[in-house]
Amino acid sequence: MTGALTITETGEASTIVAAPPGRRGPRVGESAPRPDGTAKVQGQFAFGSDLFADDMLWGHTLRSPHPSARIVAIDIGPALAIGGVHAVLTADDVPGEPCYGLEVRDQPVFARDVVRFMGEAVAVVAADHPETARRAAAAIVVTYEVLDPLVDPDAAEAAPPIHPDGNVVRHLVIRHGDPTVTGDVAVEGTYEVGMQDQAPLGTEAGLAQPTEDGGVELYIPTQSLHGDRDQIAACLDLPVDMVRLTLAGVGGAFGAREDVSLHIHLCLLARHTGRPVKMVYSREESFFGHVHRHPARMWFRHHATADGTIVKVEARLMLDGGAYTSSSPAVIANASCFAAGPYRVPNALIDGWVVRTNNPPCGAMRGFGAVQTCFAHEAQMDQLAAVLGMDPVALRLHNALEPGDELLTGQIITGTAPVAEVIRTCVEHPLPDFLVELPAASGLGVGASRGAPVDPLLLPGGAGRTSEPGDLRRGIGLAVGFKNIAFSEGFDDYSTARVRLEDGVATVTCACAEVGQGFVTLAQQITRDVLGVDEVVLAPADTSIGSAGSTSASRQTWVSGGAVLAAAQAVRAKLLQHVEVAHGVPAVLLELADGRVRSVHGDVDLAVVDAADGLVLEETVEYHHAPTEELDENGQGNAHLSFAFSAHRAVVDVDPELGLVRLVDLTTSQDVGRVMNPLQLRGQLEGGAVQGIGLALMEEIVMDEGHVRNPSFTDYLIPTTLDVPPLRIAAIIEEAEPGAPFGAKGAGEPPTISSGAAVAAAVRAATGLALTRVPIRPADIALAPTTAEQA
Amino acid sequence: MTISPPQSTGSIAAGAEAYVLSVNGRTLEVADAWLGESLLYVLRERLGLPGAKNACEQGECGSCSVLVDGVLVCSCLVLSAAVAGHEITTIEALAPEGALADVQQAFVDAGAVQCGFCTPGLVLAVDDLLRRNTDPSDLEIREALSGNLCRCTGYGRVLDAVQVTIATRRVAAGEAP
Repeated sequence: MTGALTITETGEASTIVAAPPGRRGPRVGESAPRPDGTAKVQGQFAFGSDLFADDMLWGHTLRSPHPSARIVAIDIGPALAIGGVHAVLTADDVPGEPCYGLEVRDQPVFARDVVRFMGEAVAVVAADHPETARRAAAAIVVTYEVLDPLVDPDAAEAAPPIHPDGNVVRHLVIRHGDPTVTGDVAVEGTYEVGMQDQAPLGTEAGLAQPTEDGGVELYIPTQSLHGDRDQIAACLDLPVDMVRLTLAGVGGAFGAREDVSLHIHLCLLARHTGRPVKMVYSREESFFGHVHRHPARMWFRHHATADGTIVKVEARLMLDGGAYTSSSPAVIANASCFAAGPYRVPNALIDGWVVRTNNPPCGAMRGFGAVQTCFAHEAQMDQLAAVLGMDPVALRLHNALEPGDELLTGQIITGTAPVAEVIRTCVEHPLPDFLVELPAASGLGVGASRGAPVDPLLLPGGAGRTSEPGDLRRGIGLAVGFKNIAFSEGFDDYSTARVRLEDGVATVTCACAEVGQGFVTLAQQITRDVLGVDEVVLAPADTSIGSAGSTSASRQTWVSGGAVLAAAQAVRAKLLQHVEVAHGVPAVLLELADGRVRSVHGDVDLAVVDAADGLVLEETVEYHHAPTEELDENGQGNAHLSFAFSAHRAVVDVDPELGLVRLVDLTTSQDVGRVMNPLQLRGQLEGGAVQGIGLALMEEIVMDEGHVRNPSFTDYLIPTTLDVPPLRIAAIIEEAEPGAPFGAKGAGEPPTISSGAAVAAAVRAATGLALTRVPIRPADIALAPTTAEQA
Repeated sequence: MTISPPQSTGSIAAGAEAYVLSVNGRTLEVADAWLGESLLYVLRERLGLPGAKNACEQGECGSCSVLVDGVLVCSCLVLSAAVAGHEITTIEALAPEGALADVQQAFVDAGAVQCGFCTPGLVLAVDDLLRRNTDPSDLEIREALSGNLCRCTGYGRVLDAVQVTIATRRVAAGEAP
């Protein structure tokens, strides 16, 4: 069969669309299949955990069972005595810098003298079998003097420092306009967000081997090859060119692979043993081996006039950074800058704190600070609408940011900002008619829904069959969110790409980490677009070329996409120059399209492969996005490059007695600038939304005095096929972003920002409860104090 | 740090045994193995079949799915030596070498693959469902795939790929899609 089946939104296979005749690779704007898709469905794609080398050893890490303790003694003798053990390394074996870190190098490769969180690495073992390595790690005798952990972020500033750098990682103040003004009404609330895990399906894994020149080679799933390399080299005391990284297949990332995890341990073991060493974290170890989304406590007070115009927003944000810095300074900047949401706020006073505690380190996760504050500012907007007696949609539209408006940071939005459009299209999208008939408890201008009774599996409680339809309450909620695209605050944010054209085949080299998001597809599409060739080969991503920066902050479409575009354009210019010389037609009169170079007058018409005359044309380009500024002492400045906006509308059924929630519908609109690949974009919108749903309803690393209580997929729940309805996309707003290659904004993070906040709003609407904390747990609903008890 | 005097003990591999597995129609010897190894480990690390993935290793995520005597199981929960004498089928045998089964093709075309770590397990789960039920309802599909966790896709394109496969099989059978 040559055609492709098209599936309608309701999941019905309806039409067969024939593929275009001939073989033509998809260009920018078209749905393109992933170049790695075939290997992935066959199980042949080599992830980090699939690597193998002759004579390789297995590594295993020994971790602290205590959140805070003094290390009195470590005896590695019992581990070394086990047959098959080749190395046991501790802090004494780190030849270079003892610590690593993304922004501040404050996290020890191995704990020395003290451990500051449960799961901190203390030693590492290499053995000839993974079970031997596990047993050897367990045989190391560490004598701890257990200390009282600092676990309350609010107490961190006043507490004795748990690290030489102190307990306050960053305190950022945004003073905007006149912080003394007030409005006709004010609403305030305190909100909490639990600790979410990225939970990529692939755990941390990698393989290191010593090289003949005394260096080391590391095959690693990561978000940032060069960022890792620089930290590894410093700890190994090697020049960076003796530490060579190649991207191994990445089993998802979502922020979890922005920091170093087992990288340095692997390289140390390989250099110490002189043999290849492989490590694969178990799921439990993975929960301890990477940073998490910051838990947050947030107080907000919104002031508005009687007609619903926001006058001022005050907020105090407290993020728990855990034991080490990671990307916390940037996360609190985002949380603070976007604290009030995508609304015009002429006056603001935002106090953002991120502090050190003996909880697990927190850092990057999809949405990066904006997720936490979106939950709070959207709850505030609903509260404000209730106090004003206004429709919550109308309130949001009345205050929606527009191009030319000023952010809390004083930055004027010079790019696109279709905030009103994402709101309007999202709420106007019709609700599906399959919803079970239930009284609608909330507004948003939507009446009772229609439909036949559903299978009990689709009621709250699902397979438990605990809910009676008559007892359920339905709620509808809306949330709107935004965040920055690419790195901010003056960071020189760039990527490097090389394009080579040989025999009519283009080869793209870029160190951009493909983590599943689809840069590999995009790089091919862009190159085909510019060079008109169909065959585009992707060279392995490694550190032999310049940095592409990190696959984070929704930045790679813009930055690495920009680098590939610029390199391909440079090759194209070289090709046309060659044709100009060879055929006497000025390059300005030449066009390159569909694999042919033609002159506008028709006297030249050559296939690209013939036009190049056997020449190999190659260009390497470094692409920097427009510079941004640091924030000043009042948190003012043009700190951000661009902004992307999204809205979600959620419909939930709630069993108030059991506290169970079922999400029955989720609709979204998103501002993307330009659609680069419709199929992949849809995947980003769907996958991102489900992570937001998870945060709203089930995902939390449960902490108990510094101890992680649920480091497994049995106890840390992520949504399954039975937990999520189909995502309905109301609108994808395409307004080309000035300055962005192709006008495209990154699209990966907004879906995670407003989805969870919308679900929480819907549960509040269904129950009438304040529900100021996510994830919303059954007890938060079922055991909520009644109004009488509160009074 | 101190190093106490060695009291040497044996390696895990010492005293290990050999047994034979039947995998994808081939008889493969497992030599020098620790008897505590899971089927997942033996397939991946001893038999060169890395298609089954190790995401949770406690039977929650379905990434390690294989068929044992035609029954879909989490290979992380199966003791390798215990399935000697049984027929094991992995993702590597779903289609002839170099070819794609209809489910696999549908996953590629429908955009059901992102990072791909859960993909082999999901492909096997879909194939298993459609062998048992050629016309499943949406809810039956969701129930059948609810043991396979995916963190990238949000399941939308995965469910789409199931519908594409069903329709493809109908077309192949001469029915209306």
